Amino acid sequence: MNPRTGFYPNWIAFQTILHREVTRFMRIWPQTLFPPVITMSLYFLIFGKFIGSQIRPIEGYVYIQYLVPGLVLMSIMNNSYANTSASFFLAKFNKSIEEMLIAPLSNLTILLGFMLGGAVRGLLVGLIVLVIGLLFTHIPLMHPLIMLFIAILSAMVFSLGGFINGIYAKRFDDISFIPTFVLTPLTYLGGVFYSTQQLPPLWRQLSWFNPIFSMVDSFRFGILGISDLPSFYGFAVVLLFFLALFAWAWYLLRKGVGIKV
Amino acid sequence: MTALSVRNLRKVYTNGTVALKGIDLDVAQGDFFALLGQNGAGKSTTIGIISSLITKTSGKISVLGHDLDLETAQVKSLLGVVPQEMNFSLFEKISDILIFQAGYYGIRRALAIERMEMYLNEMGLWHLRDQPAIQLSGGMKRRLMVARALMNQPKLLILDEPTAGVDVELRHSLWRFLTQLNEQGTTIILTTHYLEEAERLCKNVAIIDGGEIIEKANMKLLINRTSMQTLVFDLELPLFHAPKLDDYQTQLIDELTLEVQIKRGQSINELIQFLNEQNIRIASMRNKTNRLEELFLHLITENKRNKVDEP
Ligand SMILES: Nc1ncnc2c1ncn2[C@@H]1O[C@H](COP(=O)(O)OP(=O)(O)OP(=O)(O)O)[C@@H](O)[C@H]1O
Ligand SMILES: [Mg+2]
Repeated sequence: MNPRTGFYPNWIAFQTILHREVTRFMRIWPQTLFPPVITMSLYFLIFGKFIGSQIRPIEGYVYIQYLVPGLVLMSIMNNSYANTSASFFLAKFNKSIEEMLIAPLSNLTILLGFMLGGAVRGLLVGLIVLVIGLLFTHIPLMHPLIMLFIAILSAMVFSLGGFINGIYAKRFDDISFIPTFVLTPLTYLGGVFYSTQQLPPLWRQLSWFNPIFSMVDSFRFGILGISDLPSFYGFAVVLLFFLALFAWAWYLLRKGVGIKV
Repeated sequence: MTALSVRNLRKVYTNGTVALKGIDLDVAQGDFFALLGQNGAGKSTTIGIISSLITKTSGKISVLGHDLDLETAQVKSLLGVVPQEMNFSLFEKISDILIFQAGYYGIRRALAIERMEMYLNEMGLWHLRDQPAIQLSGGMKRRLMVARALMNQPKLLILDEPTAGVDVELRHSLWRFLTQLNEQGTTIILTTHYLEEAERLCKNVAIIDGGEIIEKANMKLLINRTSMQTLVFDLELPLFHAPKLDDYQTQLIDELTLEVQIKRGQSINELIQFLNEQNIRIASMRNKTNRLEELFLHLITENKRNKVDEP
């Protein structure tokens, strides 16, 4: 086997892409790390402190405590998605993607590098938001493994989503369309701010079809130990989405969609 | 062994443009090869397909005996490509661009840093290593792409107009560098619109026009085929009508500039003797156009004329 095309060189190439992705979002931290800090602090302050003080506790937790897991996961999801969609689209736009296409690394390596690069940003922002949340309130950590599992897998799922969006995007606007019109509504309706127990039956049942709801719900179970749905539900959904999006992204990359003429 | 073999390569872009109509190309190992052609002839398309950036419609390519379709990674690891258009991130640090590129080839970081230093020095960019690429001038960006293409120490180096926009001094130093690289065994394929450059550097040449190869030859033999050359004389004293010289066509451009066409077999010595006899004092002499250029234009016009004649 050629020493340049086996596992080891791909391992180095993978580390390189990951390194490059992290370098990129760290270089532009005022655009990538700082805004979520501001927005989330405002959420904690306004919804948590000002409005939350007037809301009845939910299953034994005061409102701001209930809010922390949702906002942390929302930050993880948004930032993972934003990272790969922007980074991959830009790499297409300035053609630097050719640096990878010309080299002997495999498509799988490219995919893993971008995916984990986005996930790292999502998880980093999630951690920052968690720390901010802890400045406002205290929370237990009921099932840390479940929390970690959901956090990491959702980061990768949304990173993959952003990657696919980046592949299809032809213009800058195309990478904000899905976040604005699909992800944000699903997140806001996905139990970040309220328990579905508080909803009329029809809306509650509709929520169950919202995949983001099940992820938020399981994540909250990991932290607070309370959930609207059985917690395996979130596991199943996040795994399913991970596998499906991974296969889809890999397929698109192999076909050269959006990158080869 | 052939460094590059291209068989019946066709490319039809999705918008219907037929860029390559089935070209054949062979480049021997150790060759310094020029691929010449006008704008839109199909040079970059060919290079894009060889470097896996453009999908071919049909045909077969192999590099140093490895089939591009079957042993893609092998082929890629043997290739270095300097593209015609800028394709790096402007916001990345220059040193990072090179180190990352090496990483994609599976080269350890320590070795990558060593090579980065070597090639940035070679290209005169070492002092800019910590700057983002956006701060480079046009010619520097081009040299950055040359350095980048060398990071995996390719056996076959393909350069798509590497000297466009590079100043005279640096162009000469790039020529020296490429010649040296070639002497050390790297096969080089070059496209350029400076035919003087091709003539000076390359041993073999192919001319592509409208997606077809219309000429493949040894550079020296091809140039010797030029049937006509035009010499331009700058005169020391003004002349008011063109001198009559048997066998030579002369034309007075202005009172201090005389052009003389000489055919193959005619002697430049004799011409100068004639001019001497007529008391015409020569200040300097040069070729009106580079010989390869003349031949190139001739071949292209012929090809276009033949096309028109076809029913
Ligand atoms: N992405 C594309 N989509 C459609 N047609 C294209 C594309 N790229 C190139 N072409 C067409 O293919 C033909 C060959 O183009 P190519 O870029 O290979 O020419 P070239 O020989 O490199 O020219 P130049 O000297 O100007 O760089 C041209 O007619 C061009 O318009
Ligand atoms: Mg070109």
